[in-house]
Amino acid sequence: MSPTVFTLAEARDALKSKKISSKELTGAFVKAVEDARALNAYVTETPEKALAMAAASDARLAKGEGGALEGVPLAIKDLFCTKGVRTTAGSKILGNFVPPYESTVTQNLWNAGAVMLGKTNMDEFAMGSSNETSAHGPVFNPWRARNSNANLVPGGSSGGSSAAVAADLCLAATGTDTGGSIRQPAAVSGIVGLKPTYGRCSRWGIVAFASSLDQAGPMTRTVRDAAIMLTSMAGMDPKDSTSMDVPVPDYEKQLEGGIKGLKVGIPKEYRMDGAPPEIAALWDKGAAWLKAQGAEIVEVSLPHTKYALPTYYIVAPAEASSNLARYDGVRYGHRAKNARDITDLYEKSRAEGFGPEVQRRILIGTYVLSAGYYDAYYARAQKLRTLIARDFTEAYQKCDVLLTPATPGPAFAVGDKSDDPVAMYLNDVFTVTVNLAGLPGLAVPAGLTESGLPLGLQLIGKAFDEGTVLRAGLAIEQAAGFSHKPANWWRAA
Amino acid sequence: MSVDKDTVRHIARLARLALPEEKLAPLAGELNGIFNWVEMLNEVNVEGVPAMSSVVAQKLKWREDKVTDGGDADALMQNAPEHEGSFFVVPKVVE
Repeated sequence: MSPTVFTLAEARDALKSKKISSKELTGAFVKAVEDARALNAYVTETPEKALAMAAASDARLAKGEGGALEGVPLAIKDLFCTKGVRTTAGSKILGNFVPPYESTVTQNLWNAGAVMLGKTNMDEFAMGSSNETSAHGPVFNPWRARNSNANLVPGGSSGGSSAAVAADLCLAATGTDTGGSIRQPAAVSGIVGLKPTYGRCSRWGIVAFASSLDQAGPMTRTVRDAAIMLTSMAGMDPKDSTSMDVPVPDYEKQLEGGIKGLKVGIPKEYRMDGAPPEIAALWDKGAAWLKAQGAEIVEVSLPHTKYALPTYYIVAPAEASSNLARYDGVRYGHRAKNARDITDLYEKSRAEGFGPEVQRRILIGTYVLSAGYYDAYYARAQKLRTLIARDFTEAYQKCDVLLTPATPGPAFAVGDKSDDPVAMYLNDVFTVTVNLAGLPGLAVPAGLTESGLPLGLQLIGKAFDEGTVLRAGLAIEQAAGFSHKPANWWRAA
Repeated sequence: MSVDKDTVRHIARLARLALPEEKLAPLAGELNGIFNWVEMLNEVNVEGVPAMSSVVAQKLKWREDKVTDGGDADALMQNAPEHEGSFFVVPKVVE
């Protein structure tokens, strides 16, 4: 058995008890990554760095020392700045940007002893739900429908991370989630993805998309692994004034205790017309699983749900258009040649460097913030956001956690939705509300479609109550008994 | 509200994006598709609802106003597409 199929918890325990060395484990992953280039999950492989970090971990483990993730090989979404390792955010405009600093979240992981295998592919600036907007080309989902060779998308924007975890190309990966970019790819790739509460993890050193929505989180094979990884990622950071000074519990310990008496809310507005019957059936099954373990199921209402996506498509582009103003072709990244003057330099560098989806969102954001339209669009959207957040506050009067589908359907074919922006945006219909309200959300694999593709369920918690979300997620995971793996069609001959 | 070619040209200018003339009309179409969909927000009565300013209730933190980092121009210059010493080079701005 290859050690690449370990869960993070199993690998951690095997390393601590010296059943395997980090060098051995890391070496197996380096090889698996090389053999899986057909998936395009990694945009930068760092095998030498990985093996050097593994050797240092082995030295610490030999002395009986080491952190919570000592010797554990991880993949890092290419949105996290990594000192001395190219960071592109999936965009041409960052060119060969090599950060002279390390993001706080990745530094926390290295401090805990983790090993970096490389940087994973993603939608450009995290704008997308299929990983097709990446300047490095699309990622292919390791999963294919039964009796089909059609390439499917791995979801997005953290599509390289979800594919890498699903195909055993790392033990776990980091992702970021602005409207569903951890949970949606996790769900359609058959893995676990957790978006923590806004402010739980530092945003410092993560290339900014929409600062009031962005949050980093773990993408893993199991709920336990997500709990372990979040414990190391989270925490207050003086360099991010929105990171919260709330103690970080040992989330793995919080998995214990079961869900007897837990009140689980089922928001009726998430029953969407036209949704595939498989989604509704899985959702009902999930509620039954929780009930069988002693939870109480209550119906709740989130009346503004249908306004969440349009609200998001005003707020997020507005923030993006401001954040992305920094790409000017002067201080770093792509610079156009033969510019007539400084304005021409800005305009050409940005037109050459940003892809079509990013340009579209910059234009939307600029428009909704421009004189004469600000009140009609942006100010109204910020009020809707208040109403959407209030819906959750009211629902939590009646329940402790919410259960919903994670996505409106399974992975779709590459190219299927890339011509229709609104159709693409609808992939995030069940996840985006959570970002607008700043809450934690967890996607857990729960079953397969008739054609053999993974589907997930989502648990949504109160702010800073990741512990309950993870405990309920564990209950779903245990009941679902999801142990399916994609067939390995991608290995290099 | 409908977005036309001139509006796209105007916002592209504000956003400092060079758009070729032939892209303006298709973009206006795409943006209208998105703005028509967003129109549904007008169904909601938002009178008296405060705009959200902070998603998680928190007091802004204070810190001492002192320099904690910096002073490394060389590291900053490493990624500059064009520089001379510790200066970024740009096209002539002042005649």
